[in-house]
Amino acid sequence: MERTAAVMRLHRPGHSRGLLDIPHWSFLLKLLVRKELRVRYRGSLLGMIWTYVKPAVQLIVYFLAMGKFFSMNDRVTNYIVYLFAGIVVVNVFNEVMRNTTASIVSNAPLVGKIYLPRELFPMASLWVAFVHFFPQVAVLLVATIFFGWRPGLLNIGAFLLGILLVATLALGLGLMFAAWNVIFRDAENIVELISMVAIWFSPVFYNADMVARALPDWLFFIYQCNPLTCAVELFHYAFWAPTTAVTSNPDLLGLPVGFGTFLAVAFALSLALLALGQLVFRRHEARFAEEL
Amino acid sequence: MSDPIGVEINDQDPMVVVQGIDKVFTLRHTRSIKEYVVKALKGHRADMTDSFKALADVSFSIKAGESVGLLGLNGSGKSTLLKLISGVMQPDSGKVRIRGLVAGLIEVGAGFHPDLTGRENVYLNGAILGMSQEEIDRKFDDIVAFSEIEKFIDTEVKFYSSGMFLRLAFSVATHSEPDIFLVDEILAVGDEPFQRKCLERIAELKRRGQTLVVVSHDTKRIQEICDRGILLDHGHMLLDGPIAQAVDRLHNPQ
Repeated sequence: MERTAAVMRLHRPGHSRGLLDIPHWSFLLKLLVRKELRVRYRGSLLGMIWTYVKPAVQLIVYFLAMGKFFSMNDRVTNYIVYLFAGIVVVNVFNEVMRNTTASIVSNAPLVGKIYLPRELFPMASLWVAFVHFFPQVAVLLVATIFFGWRPGLLNIGAFLLGILLVATLALGLGLMFAAWNVIFRDAENIVELISMVAIWFSPVFYNADMVARALPDWLFFIYQCNPLTCAVELFHYAFWAPTTAVTSNPDLLGLPVGFGTFLAVAFALSLALLALGQLVFRRHEARFAEEL
Repeated sequence: MSDPIGVEINDQDPMVVVQGIDKVFTLRHTRSIKEYVVKALKGHRADMTDSFKALADVSFSIKAGESVGLLGLNGSGKSTLLKLISGVMQPDSGKVRIRGLVAGLIEVGAGFHPDLTGRENVYLNGAILGMSQEEIDRKFDDIVAFSEIEKFIDTEVKFYSSGMFLRLAFSVATHSEPDIFLVDEILAVGDEPFQRKCLERIAELKRRGQTLVVVSHDTKRIQEICDRGILLDHGHMLLDGPIAQAVDRLHNPQ
């Protein structure tokens, strides 16, 4: 925090520009992320290794159940890569949601005693989730390379765009639920519910063609505009599409028809949710200290 | 007066302006949506909340370099007032304005985490109190020396005695050099020698022109630190004058 001219003039204490002020606090943000990680793994023998173990077990179980028992392995080329690329997106979404929702309540001593832009806490939670995300991506990369991954610039771009989309969506929703959670602890349960549903309403286990056959056109359109669906498809395009068996089959190439439209809608929706999340957060912020 | 980075401070402006503030606390008895809906349906909405006025029409202003003690019995609104000045809470009506950075010991060690080492906590707390990394790097040795826990600085804080913990927290806070320093009930903690050291440190800050707002029940100590006293009673301001007068009035209510 610097002594800018604005700070040195008479001003209202306890007012910030919300997310826009976060860059001024990057040093504290870094320390908060480090603290969170330390606290998460205190007294843990395996520590960060858990971030590899959990998705690995998840992948094996899903691959057995969906790939083998439900024979998805025969229907989708390189199903294990397809599956994992989707799981990684849903995992990071769920973790951001869970962390951010709890962030204000779990930092109650700080929120109630010292004024800081409160967006710092959800923001730190977002970073923690991404610290856990990158090891998973590393594992995914190893798998994709084994399957002959040859990405172009577009594929890498899709990966970055997917991250941006899922982060925007989850932060927007997270800010909203973090604020509500201060008032009613039920918010955490609602988020759990969303997490439970999220993996099934995105093409993680199955592919979009199967949904197209089951849903009327208008509903399928809505399904495809779901930001999480778009993020999953972007990850498929980044990791699954450039593997050998897929590229050698021209029918499988590329993104769903009309993906540009879905993506535009998804981004517009996520940005609107982020703006709304910030608005809800700010409206409740003044009362955080009293409610905690 | 010009501060280290060269932003001109207009001496004429007060550091803190509090104008006609009211603060009402609403205590909700419901913690779940279920309870809320049930009560709302039964038409018992009013049962869900209790409210009381923590502060009523309080006004004052504090000039640069003044040291002000907030006095009053428990529940008189002193701590609430500090929270309004620091921005943790917002008034329901009236206005609060401050100039410069505000920090302090609202509660000693609020930002400390038991699972981090002393060193990590110094950095985390320094950053919470608005210090930059370079500033903490520069002051780190002074902070540790003042707290007298050099040997344990790389030990996790959960293994500290409560005295060690308080010394470190106090040391970080007094080295943060805010423009307005808020002190809430710190003076009663620690052993006698450390209390003396704290008082000396605060006196030194005061000599350097630090603006201070202090809350304490220890009227002897508060008279050593503060020149001016504001006496609160059930959220109303009874007196704003020299500290001795305020203490006298606290001991001999009319």
